[in-house]
Amino acid sequence: MIKFDEDRSRFPEKNPDGTNIIDLESGRFTHLWQGPVHPGITGNMSLELIVQGDEVMSCKTHVGYLHRGFEKLMERRRFIQCLPICVRICVPEPDFNEYCLCATVEELAGVEVPDAGQWMRTLLLEMARLQGYLMWLGGISGALGMGIIGQWTNYGRDLILDRFEEITGGRVYHMHMMPGGVRSMTPDGFNQRMEENLREISEILKDVHKTMIENTVFRTRTVGTGYIDPLMVNKYGITGPNARAAGILRDVRIEYPYLRYGELDFEPYLGKDSDIFTRTLVRYNDTLTSVDLIRQIMSKMPSKGPFMADMPNMLHFKIPRGETYIRAECSRGEFGYYTVTDGSGYPRRINARGPSYTHGVSLIEKLGINANIADVAALMVSLHIYPPEIER
Amino acid sequence: MTEKKYPHHKVTGPDGAEFVVTPMEDYYCQERPQVQKSSNAVIEKFYNWARANSLWIVGFGTGCGAIEMRPLRTPRFDAYRYGVNWRATPRQSNLFIISGYLSVKTLKRVIRVYEQMQSPKYVLGLGSCTINGGMYWDSYNTIKRLDHYIPVDAYIPGCMPRPEALLDGFEELKKIIIAGEANGANLYAENFDWYKANQKKIIKNWDMPDYSW
Amino acid sequence: MKTLLTNLKKRHDITASKLQRNNELFVTVPNNQAVSLVTYLRDHEGFSHLVILSAVDWLEEEVFQLTYLLNNPELKQDIGVRTLVDRNEPVMESIHHLWEHSATYQRELFEMFGISFPTSPRMEEPFILEGWDGPPPYRRDFDTLKYAEETYFPRPGRTTNDVAAYMKEKLYPEDDND
Repeated sequence: MIKFDEDRSRFPEKNPDGTNIIDLESGRFTHLWQGPVHPGITGNMSLELIVQGDEVMSCKTHVGYLHRGFEKLMERRRFIQCLPICVRICVPEPDFNEYCLCATVEELAGVEVPDAGQWMRTLLLEMARLQGYLMWLGGISGALGMGIIGQWTNYGRDLILDRFEEITGGRVYHMHMMPGGVRSMTPDGFNQRMEENLREISEILKDVHKTMIENTVFRTRTVGTGYIDPLMVNKYGITGPNARAAGILRDVRIEYPYLRYGELDFEPYLGKDSDIFTRTLVRYNDTLTSVDLIRQIMSKMPSKGPFMADMPNMLHFKIPRGETYIRAECSRGEFGYYTVTDGSGYPRRINARGPSYTHGVSLIEKLGINANIADVAALMVSLHIYPPEIER
Repeated sequence: MTEKKYPHHKVTGPDGAEFVVTPMEDYYCQERPQVQKSSNAVIEKFYNWARANSLWIVGFGTGCGAIEMRPLRTPRFDAYRYGVNWRATPRQSNLFIISGYLSVKTLKRVIRVYEQMQSPKYVLGLGSCTINGGMYWDSYNTIKRLDHYIPVDAYIPGCMPRPEALLDGFEELKKIIIAGEANGANLYAENFDWYKANQKKIIKNWDMPDYSW
Repeated sequence: MKTLLTNLKKRHDITASKLQRNNELFVTVPNNQAVSLVTYLRDHEGFSHLVILSAVDWLEEEVFQLTYLLNNPELKQDIGVRTLVDRNEPVMESIHHLWEHSATYQRELFEMFGISFPTSPRMEEPFILEGWDGPPPYRRDFDTLKYAEETYFPRPGRTTNDVAAYMKEKLYPEDDND
């Protein structure tokens, strides 16, 4: 006969510094791996959990399953050759990588991008954010057992991917931005087709609100789970929607207006409670903002005009010694490239800073403790962790 | 190495009874895989038809190709109509899609997953990086040829292949299975030593049994 | 940023500085003052967000450059604190007590560059690579192509061209100057 102690507060015993004492030999703990072969994990990574009952006592992130050594490979390639490889760092939203690399090259080489090119880049980045959010809405609903919502939002994402295909020719990887501008402007009739798609996506988002955010089961599962203290924001390097859910404005689009974001009218949603539910609300409202922003961009964007600066032959292009950090706001938080050049045609070092780097390792290891096993998947999705950014 | 990591230990059950656990013997069966031959060609033909029309995929997104799996499950592309289904565990699956490049760390897990799948099992290599390294031809951490580590039935080239290409790959695989040429599991059993030597060459800390059922 | 720089110069030996943008400054300090400067910036100047901790391998000069990139969310400023570490004996003071996520950066730097940060938690645990026995891969003297060709089985038939020479031959063979 197994007897469980009624009073759970005594278990496990604590060290003087507040950490749990974990003795695997005692037989009261179970060693559990969530991932990499696991439906409730975002991408190819794993969490090493030590659980007692269904309560997580210790959580460790294991990454490196997707390491390709991008930063090493980019050192062997010319700047223009880095473009097709750097987009593979982040698969769901590759455009932010293109932007960061192009902006770095432009800043260090002193190139000015024409107005139309800037607007086009803004449009591409906003479309990438919208499809990233749509995929995320499917992810969080899937993690909480509402698979049907993922079907709708992925359909919406496919519509955006179609528009991407129309502009760039690629569904997932676009490589549409080049150092100096973009490869082309939007084709004829694009705005009308995009408007139709946005209308359809707005309908989907209304349904998502009805079925997910107003859903009692969803609320019961998520309100109060995975709470981030606002004081943790700087300590753990939290950026983007996760920080905005804690009531702290961290949005590169507003703080450091890049491209044409300074001319657009929008206000990000700030939450207070910073649990999974608030993070969902923040991202849901950001999706609506994104839809609105695309409409604004399309109305303000010049349809003609030069979109590419005069660039020298990129194959013999040399950049003087220097270093800089370029940041952009992706759907998960602050995305940035720290680049050092040494006067040759090759970068000395490019270090990509993905928002998941901080969210996916130190933060989830902290939040995972004392969570329920069933909530770990939702917690992970709610932080929007994407492993290739961590290990690159 | 393995003895150190998985020592024999005594466990006291919740009811007070003590028993000794020897992880390498109790958890794993170290038997080598056997070649399975069918006795009756007609029945085998029928089986192959059935297998070809129920391809169940392991839900293990090993690389960036996994991003195009999600649209395949929506009504727009709807892979389910071809009998394709996604399962969470290798025990219930017979098709393993290697979705892109494999780092050495993932390859180790891929081998475990592949060996745990039930025979007959099929492998689709997705993306150029499984064929010859593709974009990562000079990377120090990704494998260049998938067929040196596990038998591959068909490749889908591209970076990244569109969902339609994947559907076409399924159709191609069906033809191979119906023709009775998809005997990867038997190939693996026949050339077991060669595959193991290749795998051990690049996986430096081999701390698992040679074959895990 | 100018007042910040003069202010910092009073307290620390700033050997070089560069204003990259009007809100981005890079300063270089000696090895033993970097952590105190970073602590000062965090506690007194409002640079409360550690954006990145990165290293650059200057093989020719036998040094590693460490960059602590800090961000001031109030004033919207960035400062990059650069410091040089001897390449033959790369040891640096840890800053894991200032930011939780800096321990992750330090684990990565130890694995990828071999820069050791004593007292940093879980330093020796492999972070990205598993069973790696070569030199730290992000060092400049590690040749990834040679390693890949020796270790993995390249499929025969693949050819590689130098992109500049190939494009010149195909597109403008008569043009002599670069």
